Amino acid sequence: MDRNNSRRQLAAMKQSLFDQGHLDEQFIQLEELQDDANPNFVEEIVTLYYRDSSRLISSLEQTLERNPLDFNKLDTIMHQFKGSSSSIGAKKVKAESTLIREYCRTGNAEGCRKSFQQMKKEYVALRKRLENYFQLARQAGPMDRASRPK
Amino acid sequence: MVHNRSILSHNIDNGCFPSPHLDAFPAGLRVLVVDDDPTWLRILEKMLKKCFYQVTTCCLAIEALKKLREKKDAYDIVISDVNMPDMDGFKLLEHVGLEMDLPVIMMSVDGETSRVMKGVQHGACDYLLKPIRMKELRNIWQHVLRKRIHEAREFETLEGIHLMRNGSNHTDDSNMFAVGGEMNLMKKRKDLDNKHDDDKEFGDQTSLKKARVIWSVDLHQKFVKAVNRIGFDKVGPKKILDLMNVPWLTRENVASHLQKYRLYLSRLQKENDQKSSTGLSFLNSLNKQQNDGAIDEFRYSDGTLKLHMDTTSHEVDLNGIVTRPTIEKIRASTCDITDPKIRKSSQIGRNQPFESAESEANHTVFEYSTVSTQCSWNEVPKRPLKEEQNTQKHFQIDQSQSMNSNPSDYKSVYISPVNLMVSEVDTFSSQSKSLIANDQSPDIIFASNLSSKDPGYNLSCISDMEIYQRNLILDSHAASTPLDEDLHLFLLQGEYYNMNFGMQNIEMSEYYDPRLIAEVPTNLYDSADYS
Repeated sequence: MDRNNSRRQLAAMKQSLFDQGHLDEQFIQLEELQDDANPNFVEEIVTLYYRDSSRLISSLEQTLERNPLDFNKLDTIMHQFKGSSSSIGAKKVKAESTLIREYCRTGNAEGCRKSFQQMKKEYVALRKRLENYFQLARQAGPMDRASRPK
Repeated sequence: MVHNRSILSHNIDNGCFPSPHLDAFPAGLRVLVVDDDPTWLRILEKMLKKCFYQVTTCCLAIEALKKLREKKDAYDIVISDVNMPDMDGFKLLEHVGLEMDLPVIMMSVDGETSRVMKGVQHGACDYLLKPIRMKELRNIWQHVLRKRIHEAREFETLEGIHLMRNGSNHTDDSNMFAVGGEMNLMKKRKDLDNKHDDDKEFGDQTSLKKARVIWSVDLHQKFVKAVNRIGFDKVGPKKILDLMNVPWLTRENVASHLQKYRLYLSRLQKENDQKSSTGLSFLNSLNKQQNDGAIDEFRYSDGTLKLHMDTTSHEVDLNGIVTRPTIEKIRASTCDITDPKIRKSSQIGRNQPFESAESEANHTVFEYSTVSTQCSWNEVPKRPLKEEQNTQKHFQIDQSQSMNSNPSDYKSVYISPVNLMVSEVDTFSSQSKSLIANDQSPDIIFASNLSSKDPGYNLSCISDMEIYQRNLILDSHAASTPLDEDLHLFLLQGEYYNMNFGMQNIEMSEYYDPRLIAEVPTNLYDSADYS
C-alpha cells in the first residue's frame, strides 16, 4: 500500500516537474535507458551532472565578477554548461543558458548577470526537487518502466 | 534469408571487423566516444551499449588519439564532441580522418549551420545535436558500412583502371582528373574537399589542411607500380614517393594512401581467408544472390567514370558488397547458364549495350576461373580454350561479334601466393564486373575469377592459374591473331599488366552470352562449385 502511494506520489512529482517546464523529454530518455544493469541510472546521471556542473557554476561566478566582463570566456563556459544541462533535460536551466549566451553576443553585461542569477536559482531548485524525487523513488521500489507524463 | 544473414555476418565479422564480434552486424560495432562532459559520456556509453555496440570512452581528445594510434584497427567509428578543452573537435576529426581513416561523427549542443558546415568540411560523416536520441545512435553503423563500400570501390576502381591504362599509351599525367570531372568516384570520402582540386599545390602537406590529394587513376597507378617494384613487404612511403617521382606529392600523402591501401588489401584478404575457412559454397551464396539488385556498374562513357552500386542488395557484406555480388553474378553466368533469369539479374543496372550478349570471350574468361580443373568447357563454340592455352602464347577469346577494338596485349601475368592472389582476384572479379565499358569505352578488364570460397576450389584454381600463367606470358605481338579483341586473364598482385586495350569500341558486352552459355555443358560446373 505504502508502495503504491509512493508510486502515485512519484508520478505526481514527475508530472508537475514536466508541467512546470523544469524537465523535458530528455529525462524520459534517461528513464528509458534505465534497466536491470543500471537500475538507478537516472539518479546516477543527475548526480553526475550536478557534480560536474558545480565547477562550471563556480567558474561562471568568477567570470561574472570580473570587470570588464569577458564575454567570450563567459560564452564558452555557458556553451559547456548548456550542453551539460541538456543531458538531464533541465529545460529551464537550458533556456536561461541560451539567454545568457545571447546577452554575451550582444555584450550586455547586465543582462548576463541578471540572467545568471535566474538560472542559478532554477538550477538549485531543480536539484532539490530531483533529490526528493529520487528519495521517493528509492522508497517506491523499482519502476516497471519509464512513464511518460501526460 | 537466414543463410544470407549468416554469410553476411560471417563476412562482416571476419572480413571487415578484425576483432571478434557478435554474430549480428551492426551489433559489436566498436565505437570510440570522446566527450569532455562526463555526464554525456556516461549517457552515450549507456545508449551505445543498448545498441549492442562495443563502447570505449574518452574525455580528452589527446587520449582518444592515443588510443586510436595504439591500435589502428581497434575501432570502427569515432563519435566526438565538437568542443573540448585540450583540442578542437575539428582538429581531432582531421587527425582521425588522415591517420586512421575512420568515420567520425561530431556532436554538439550547438546546431548552428556554420558549425555543422565546418564539421562536414572537416570530414565528419554526420553531425548530431545534443540531446542525442537513441534512434540516432542506432543507425551510426551505416557510416562504417558506407565507408567500407566506398573504399572498396575506390581501390578496386583505381586498381582496375590502373590496369586498364597500363597497356595504353596514355601516360600523360595531365590525366589527373579534376575532381568535378570524370573521376568523380575517385573523390576522397570527404567530398567537400573537392573544391581544393588544385591539389598539385598542396605539396607542403605537413600541416593538417582540409584539402587532400586526390588519388586519380594515374597517380594510383604510379603508386601501385612503385609498391610492386619495391615489393609489398618492404614498402615504405619514402621509397614509394621516390619511385613515383611526382614532385608535388608529399611523403604524408603517400603514407596515408599506403595505409588505406594496406587496410583495403588486408580486408580483402581477411574476407578471403574467412571465406575459404568457412567453406562457403560459392554457388550457395550465389543462388541466394541471384536476384539481388546489387550490381556494380562501371560506366565509362565520354571519359567519365562512374561507379554505380545498386544498393538494393541485401547482402550488406562490408567487404564484399562490391566483390561478392559481382563474383556471385559472374558465377551465376557460369553455373546457371541455362537460366536466362539469372543472367538477367546479373545484367541489372548495366548499360544497355551489355544486353547485347555477345560476350563469349568474357564468358569464357570467367569460366576459366570458376571451373577448376576441368577446362573442358573450352568446348565453347569458338575456341577450345584449353588446347589453345597450351598451344598459344596468349589466351584469346573470340569476340568477333562484339569486340572490334584492337587486340590487347599484355606483358606478363603473375601469380602471387595463394592468399594474396585470391584476394586480388576478388578485387578483380568485382572490377571486371564493375569495369564494364559501354559502347564508347574501349577498356575492359577481366579478372580471373578465382574463388577462394572453398578450399578445394582454391587449389584447383591455382593449378589452373599456373598453367595459364605459363601460357599467358605474352610478347607484345599478342595481337597477331585475327581476333578483334583479346581478353586476358590477369591477376593484380605482383605485377601489373600492360593491357593495351584499343580505344575503339569495345562492346564490353555481356559476359553471359546466351549462345555461349547454352553451349557450355552444365556438368562442368558441378564439381567445381559444389564441394
